[in-house]
Amino acid sequence: MEQKKTTDRDQEKVIEVKGLYKSFGNYEVLKGVDLDLHRRENLVVLGKSGTGKSVLIKILVGLLSPDEGEVKVLGQHVDQISYKELLALRLKVGFSFQNSALYDSMTVRQNLEFPLVRNQRKLTKGEVNQAVERVLDAVGLLQTINQMPSELSGGQRKRVGIARTLILQPEVMLYDEPTAGLDPITCLEINSLINEVQERFHTSSIVITHDLTCAKAVGNRVAMLLDGKFERQGTFEEVFNTSDERVKPFYDYNFIQ
Amino acid sequence: MDKTAETPAHIRKEVKTPGKLSRMFLSFYDVCQFVTRFFKEGFLPPYEGKELMRQCYDIGYRSLALISLTGFITGIVFTKQSRPSLAEFGATSWLPSLVGIALLRTLAPLLTSLIAAGKVGSSIGAELGSMRVTEQIDAMEVSATNPFKFLVTTRVLAATITIPILTFYTAMVGMLGALLNVSLFEDTSARAFFQMSLESITFLDITASTVKAVIFGFTIGIVGCYQGYNSSKGTEGVGKAANSAVVIGMFLIFIEEIISVQFFSLFRT
Repeated sequence: MEQKKTTDRDQEKVIEVKGLYKSFGNYEVLKGVDLDLHRRENLVVLGKSGTGKSVLIKILVGLLSPDEGEVKVLGQHVDQISYKELLALRLKVGFSFQNSALYDSMTVRQNLEFPLVRNQRKLTKGEVNQAVERVLDAVGLLQTINQMPSELSGGQRKRVGIARTLILQPEVMLYDEPTAGLDPITCLEINSLINEVQERFHTSSIVITHDLTCAKAVGNRVAMLLDGKFERQGTFEEVFNTSDERVKPFYDYNFIQ
Repeated sequence: MDKTAETPAHIRKEVKTPGKLSRMFLSFYDVCQFVTRFFKEGFLPPYEGKELMRQCYDIGYRSLALISLTGFITGIVFTKQSRPSLAEFGATSWLPSLVGIALLRTLAPLLTSLIAAGKVGSSIGAELGSMRVTEQIDAMEVSATNPFKFLVTTRVLAATITIPILTFYTAMVGMLGALLNVSLFEDTSARAFFQMSLESITFLDITASTVKAVIFGFTIGIVGCYQGYNSSKGTEGVGKAANSAVVIGMFLIFIEEIISVQFFSLFRT
């Protein structure tokens, strides 16, 4: 019975996107995107640069507004709720930026404290310290706590960026190109971290990438964004077992290289 | 078959680009919204007291050296340049009054604000601009905090609070410069100099200076923040934001100076 309950919960949709359109001037980026993310699922969104992958997740957190379509995150229509409700929703959705977007005038500790103290004003100094150390430990960077972002390597910055989102204990994680610009070893470390985060913090995730190694390592499901729509969705093998000329070169380039 | 797939890449929708006049009105509307948002959010809790203090320190304390030097030299030069004209009429004894009035009414507020527009305005524009292009402002947004409150309201309030203080400080330092010049060339004691200077200053002068400095400070803060907060186009955008913050800030300060001089002269007559 308990097992059944868990399964039902896992079938629950945390993100639902229907008929999403988004243009910038005359350039139409998303042309009717449909997408579902289930609880505790890692969905990898693949696609070439400029196909609107980042635009899609920015719409999910209300950083951009859709031209048309329905965007529901944790049961709420992102484009129809008030700013106050949007802030409350963002507490439950973590966003890891491609360039980490760490606040460069603050230390690692202050970067992590920043969202926490502003959202949970009743926490004592000790509780804040404990939370900061807990998430930094989870990403394996406790030793960098007093360093400035400029003193960190690219991989460390990504990890701190992920820790900063985890400190608010989100239900959904959105990763924008988590392995972009990193060496292959650090990429593997980031891939394992994404899996660890899902297991440890029970998050559902959307991972935006064009790195197929990352897609294979972290994705329960893969969706391929082609010409502004999700043309292929399924497991990694299902998506790439095709003769589609738009998909094949993508696979060949990643793995033959 | 889906119609969108047949569409030649990029363009299904024809979006009309707004003309120059429309863009100007749109920008004006944006600025109004930005200012309104400041008044809406600036005075409502939660307050960012610590950040406000940090900004006051950055804007105020860190500008002191430059402002001291400028104020002191202005006091010396203004006194030196005014003496020959007054001497022609045998009126060099009016020098302290002239210096006092000139410094307090116009020179101190204007000089302080122009220096602050250059130093503070550009630094706010560049800082917020680089935060915008490196997605740090977006990162604040998505972590459920209000970046406008943390970044904009604190900087605008800090500029509005510190510029009036710096203005009176400049006036004081300018008077010291003037005193140095006067004591080198004339037989006037410091006490007599200050007495004559202060006697000529009215309550209206002090009020006008304070009001002007508050307006100038607000202008510097809001222009710098607006340019930085709305910057785009990468590093080029950061440079543009810093540059526009200075140019627009200075331009508005001169316009405000003209208007305020006209306005306060109504009370003098």
